[in-house]
Amino acid sequence: MADLAVIGAGPAGLAAALAAAAQGVTVAVVDSATEAGGQFYRQPASGLRARRPQALHHQWRTWERLRDALPGSGVRILTDHHVWSVERDSDGFTVHALLGPEQHEPVAVHADAVLLATGGYERVLPFPGWTLPGVVTAGGAQAMLKAGLVVPGRKAVVAGTGPLLLPVATGLAAAGVEIAALVEAADPKDLVRHGRALAGKLPEGAGYAARLLRHRVRLLSRHTVVRAHGDERLTGVTVAALDTDGRVRPGTERYVPCDTLAVGHGMLPHTDLAETLGCRLDGMTVAVDDEQRTDVPGVWAAGESTGIGGAGLALAEGHIAGRSIAARLNGTEPDPVQWAAAAKSRTKLRKSAAALDAAYPPPAHWSEQVTDDTVVCRCEEVTAGAVRDAVDELGAGDVRTVKLLTRAGMGWCQGRMCGPAVAGLAGCELTPSRRPFARPVPLGVLARQHHIATEEGTS
Amino acid sequence: MVGAACALYAARAGLDVILVDRGPVAGGTTGAGEGNILVSDKEPGPELDLALLSGRLWGELAQEFGAAVEYEAKGGVVVASSPGGLAALERFADGQRAAGVVAEPVAGDALYDLEPHLAPGLPGAVHYPQDCQVMPALAAAHLARASGARLFTGRTVTDVLRTQDGAVRGVRTDKGDIHTPALVNAAGTWGGELAALAGVRLPVLPRRGFVLVTEPLPRLVRHKVYAADYVADVASDSAALQTSPVVEGTAAGPILIGSSRERVGFDRTFSLPVVRALAASATRLFPFLSDVHAMRAYLGFRPYMPDHLPAIGPDPRVPGLYHACGHEGAGIGLATGTGHLIAQALTAKTPDLDLTPLRPDRFAEEAA
Repeated sequence: MADLAVIGAGPAGLAAALAAAAQGVTVAVVDSATEAGGQFYRQPASGLRARRPQALHHQWRTWERLRDALPGSGVRILTDHHVWSVERDSDGFTVHALLGPEQHEPVAVHADAVLLATGGYERVLPFPGWTLPGVVTAGGAQAMLKAGLVVPGRKAVVAGTGPLLLPVATGLAAAGVEIAALVEAADPKDLVRHGRALAGKLPEGAGYAARLLRHRVRLLSRHTVVRAHGDERLTGVTVAALDTDGRVRPGTERYVPCDTLAVGHGMLPHTDLAETLGCRLDGMTVAVDDEQRTDVPGVWAAGESTGIGGAGLALAEGHIAGRSIAARLNGTEPDPVQWAAAAKSRTKLRKSAAALDAAYPPPAHWSEQVTDDTVVCRCEEVTAGAVRDAVDELGAGDVRTVKLLTRAGMGWCQGRMCGPAVAGLAGCELTPSRRPFARPVPLGVLARQHHIATEEGTS
Repeated sequence: MVGAACALYAARAGLDVILVDRGPVAGGTTGAGEGNILVSDKEPGPELDLALLSGRLWGELAQEFGAAVEYEAKGGVVVASSPGGLAALERFADGQRAAGVVAEPVAGDALYDLEPHLAPGLPGAVHYPQDCQVMPALAAAHLARASGARLFTGRTVTDVLRTQDGAVRGVRTDKGDIHTPALVNAAGTWGGELAALAGVRLPVLPRRGFVLVTEPLPRLVRHKVYAADYVADVASDSAALQTSPVVEGTAAGPILIGSSRERVGFDRTFSLPVVRALAASATRLFPFLSDVHAMRAYLGFRPYMPDHLPAIGPDPRVPGLYHACGHEGAGIGLATGTGHLIAQALTAKTPDLDLTPLRPDRFAEEAA
């Protein structure tokens, strides 16, 4: 039993936990990883004895401050807890999790309030050859670097769009991987146009640019990967230039040999738990007020789940949420003056997040490059051709109907991977799917909970 | 599904058909269904007659669409949990046999030849080889396409246009009028609303159901397997939550677990207690399911009518209006027979079944 259950031990969750605990709130933080830190401050396994993990991180100081504050704060960190549902009951909330790594043993955490700091996941857009071994997501490559210090290959292409590509390219280069090219779909001119809102980010970008130079990384902006080649595994990619409409310019294709392709197209928020709790969503994000409250009483949200904005924004939002929760649990009206600095930084960082989002759109016509035989949904092995047939021949006009008619999105990942691809191919807007189970749960766990509930009811 | 079947049979009877839906294809109850084509759960009477007709017609369509709609003549196995329950089940089956159903008693060990993974110690069952399954969304989409009907999805009917003497002359939609002398109400759970636009009462109520879906598995459950209490639950009028286990494999691999019934209006809130109850009853029937993961769960609203019979046929109150809705949880299975009977009614042929017990105005009289 805790006053507050925080789901997610990344920057938002930890900042909230510390802010609330400082006001006397009993906090339990639940996370699926083996160490706190989230994706951003992902920690190497201690057995690896990494000597300088900070070499892979920026804002290492911020992390040290969070990490060092935790032991004396009274915050309980529950790692290896894989949350599959949050249930609202008569006396608060029950966070249902499975204990890892086997994920068979159930565990429940009860709390009066819940903070959803569930972060985001990568947007994956398919292209011919994207399922070959050797093709990884940009975030996946970075996670490998941060967690395992395993270098994915010897010669890599980093491609896609978004601010993640720079640190991935420099991180891989620093780890000794030759970067054959950094392929960015966005136009650098767009970055300049959004320059003012990005002012805070520019020194960061300049630092990466210097490192790219040092490692002699070839930057191909307004380019895209149109195909990955290889039989057993990746041997190279074809890259091509994009015109101003975001279409591939014919005749510009060229072959770049590589054994690793790290590809990313930005992030999407995790909203499953919020949606099942009945929280209002605003497009793909959880809607919150100035205090980071959702419209469900007792449920707050902070960090990427309320809009992709990076670790700095997550810290600010988490801090505000923690303060608000502490006041509300004590039955008092919170005083925003207490978090004025965080609110100011939230305003600024939300602005630059919006500017980054506008500057780094996926190539407008990416789906034209996807051949009919390209597998779109890996779990159910559904091809782009099958998705197009469902739309053109069977009258599907939305992601749900495509799923019903093709099984795309019905498999293990429940459409997290293929959702954006299916929406793009079907020519419709991506909307949040309903996923009552945030992760698969054994039927025996559900059955036992039924027996316990009914016994309690009859006794 | 019912609308797509009506379109198919009407078009094959020579009519020019327009299919209108405010959502996408299979966007209503069809997309949330399991795809049951059942005789096993029906007692002798008009619904069973319709089920037998529909089963035959599905068999014909399977020649044409078979694999594309994942048609499987897998058969049903209704399991009793006690010797007393078995005796009652066998009496029920005797009555069905007299009405033309193939129902084979299965005693003790033979049950485990049919379903090797059932819980040990069950007294017996009845095997219904005529029970079948289709993938409902695929079935609706393929039947709609094969009908050749013009398909207007994403188009909401806002009014029923009528002549001075009250006959149907078309519908008004949010994207323009459609003129027609004949309107078939196949709006399922929302059929009452469409009837109201035509000025008549049709009491269709939503009865919520959840389905749990497992990870894909090799074929461990061969038939549609359910407990004998299911029949009693289907026929009940209670608004409170009822669950009875219904377990079946699918062509694609996942196992589907039903069934729950609640009258809670159109409430789309996910209910963990309901899916827990489903998991508890399914694992009691098939203990191996305890270690199998539930991947997802979905809910839908069965179109429930007070006497558990659909409304099929012309509405004498509004010339040109025909109803084909209110099939409760059996709409996929009964769609073919319904489409066939509606096509006969539309072309002034004598219907293959007596439509009197299904006439749409039967409730208006009761209310008066």
